[in-house]
Amino acid sequence: MTALGRLFRTTAFKLALIFLVIFTIFAGSILGYVAFSARHLLEEQVNLTVNEEIKGLLAQFNTGGVLRLVRQIERRSHQPGSSLYLVTTAAGETLAGNISSVDSEGLLEAGSYQLYYRVVEEGEPRPHRAIVETVILPGGFRLLVGRDLDETDRFHTIILRAAGWSILLILALALMGGLFVARRVLSRVDHMTETTRTIMAGDLSGRLAVTGTNDELDRLAQSLNAMLDRIGELMAGLREVSDNIAHDLKTPLTRLRNSAEEALRVGGSSTSYRDALEHTIEEADGLIKIFNALLMIARAEAGNVLEGMTIEDASEIARDVVELYEPFAEEAGIHLEIDAAETAPIHASRELIGQALANLIDNAIKYSSQNTMTDMDRSVIVSVKKEEKRVLLTVADRGPGIPEADMERVLERFVRLETSRTRAGSGLGLSLVAAVARLHGGTLKLEDHRPGLKAIMSVPSIP
Amino acid sequence: MMAVAWATTFSLDQNCKISRHFITMKILIVEDDASASTYLDKAFREQGHVVDIASDGLDGYALASDGQYDAIIVDRMIPRMDGLSLIHGLREQKIDTPILILSALGQVDDRVKGLRAGADDYLAKPYSFSELLARVEILSRRGRSIPAEDTVYRVSDLELNRLSRRVTRSETEIDLQPREFRLLEYLMRHAGQVVTRTMLLENVWDYHFDPQTNVIDVHVSRLRAKIDKGFDNPLIHTVRGAGYTVRDSAR
Repeated sequence: MTALGRLFRTTAFKLALIFLVIFTIFAGSILGYVAFSARHLLEEQVNLTVNEEIKGLLAQFNTGGVLRLVRQIERRSHQPGSSLYLVTTAAGETLAGNISSVDSEGLLEAGSYQLYYRVVEEGEPRPHRAIVETVILPGGFRLLVGRDLDETDRFHTIILRAAGWSILLILALALMGGLFVARRVLSRVDHMTETTRTIMAGDLSGRLAVTGTNDELDRLAQSLNAMLDRIGELMAGLREVSDNIAHDLKTPLTRLRNSAEEALRVGGSSTSYRDALEHTIEEADGLIKIFNALLMIARAEAGNVLEGMTIEDASEIARDVVELYEPFAEEAGIHLEIDAAETAPIHASRELIGQALANLIDNAIKYSSQNTMTDMDRSVIVSVKKEEKRVLLTVADRGPGIPEADMERVLERFVRLETSRTRAGSGLGLSLVAAVARLHGGTLKLEDHRPGLKAIMSVPSIP
Repeated sequence: MMAVAWATTFSLDQNCKISRHFITMKILIVEDDASASTYLDKAFREQGHVVDIASDGLDGYALASDGQYDAIIVDRMIPRMDGLSLIHGLREQKIDTPILILSALGQVDDRVKGLRAGADDYLAKPYSFSELLARVEILSRRGRSIPAEDTVYRVSDLELNRLSRRVTRSETEIDLQPREFRLLEYLMRHAGQVVTRTMLLENVWDYHFDPQTNVIDVHVSRLRAKIDKGFDNPLIHTVRGAGYTVRDSAR
């Protein structure tokens, strides 16, 4: 497609064309109306003049008879810029006037006519238009009085010419304007297309230009940019996920492979084979757990689970999960306490909130029981508090906590501390809790419990 | 630790049939992956069950239509009619054979969709065979084991009254927490059958996530301490690699 062809195809240009047609019709009809009425008015004026003159001449005739009329006509017809006059007898013989010949006999019948005439002396052949009126006087005399319409015609021509020019001007301006706008739009759209091409080619950092005029293209560019930002975020998340998946799955896979290899190499009794196989299954189960956790986070991040949400009581979920973990905590020598508001309704998936709480409690118990050095109170407190617009689910322990510097980082998507990576469990616990909180329109915050860790999940409440 | 001490009291040899109260099941497996269905076929036959295999949805539908199976295991993603449509179609035909979905899709909403389509249970891939076996056995015996409406469950000298919520052993009343009562109730309803940890978490706590730690074991060992302590004849048994079962071991 040629550049011009593309220009003509733009919406802006088509719009300009439509406006052009509308304006042309509009201007044409206004000017046409003006021309028509002006002409009508002028001709009426001429008719009136002719009538007046005839009236005057009739008065002359009535007072002084045909002689006086002839004299009067002779005087008038020699004045410059005069009207046309002719007085004839009933037989058609010219008595006076400035008309040398009349082609049509019909002109000498009474009535009003429009005709063309030629001026003899000037020698130019241009026909003049005129309005004439013939009256029959007593005695069969004919009096013809006419008036040249040249002036009227000239005026008409001027108006027509003006109309023509103005339409031409409109055409030119509209075309230019259309082209200008179309080119401007086209260049911006071309620019956008160019940018999207580079983005499609894989460069996600590209952004559409925003001119700052806040017009429709700007707004389009802004929302497209916002979309690109989100896509970029998701892509970065995905990259991180795949890196983490690679790490989290390769490590246990390597362990699994190594132990299987070792069993083969060492050989031995069927019990040692059985042990190796049991170990293999254990490792595989661990892998499945990690895999499930990763899938769950990915899904939560994608926001797919939202459809299953109902109105749940956060306090009840917390009580359930605490009840589930209480014997386990006791076994580990930890005092698991609950301090929950009577009810705390939230819009949630019971399953996900339950799992998030379970993860937090599980972590808290594990880390608290590690804390053998000090004689701190080994308790984990789960609380559910209702605030104005939020419900806060808190799990606080007296374990080793997390260094202040790492607290923000640990909540970033899929970021884990090196130390937690090497510990037992998938190490995805906190990421999963953060994903669940985000999915519920909430946040997960970590605080120093001095000593220990306080994890606060804040979820919008239902009034 | 208490849990370990009790776990050693009953341990089945892996080569033995896991389920003692044995009834042959006729199972239909609808699965397009040949190696997966061969594995299941072999595993179920080893347990003495009869297996038919359909490799796509339409075949599965045709086989399942006359309702002669004790249980149907369906993969969700199969050619020629997907698993959910298959289940929906069967339920519409008033075929109420217990159905278990075995699927790689294992998130919360996947499970909800599966159960809503008319399935009775949902197990995510990858799974352990003992888990699948336990679930299928419980499903297939839904009609045959103690009807859920029974007010009193009895195993040996242990008695559980569901109305008065009283539990006695050898006429001695045992004081149980509400959750412990529900745990025992579930175990006794499926007396003689293996109940896995995830089944307990699902049915007693109504959670489907993986608790990462052995929280269920601790609950069971507490219950066991109340039920079996001081009796020569333990009723709650650990089935290694699978779960638990309530059974009169003296018989």
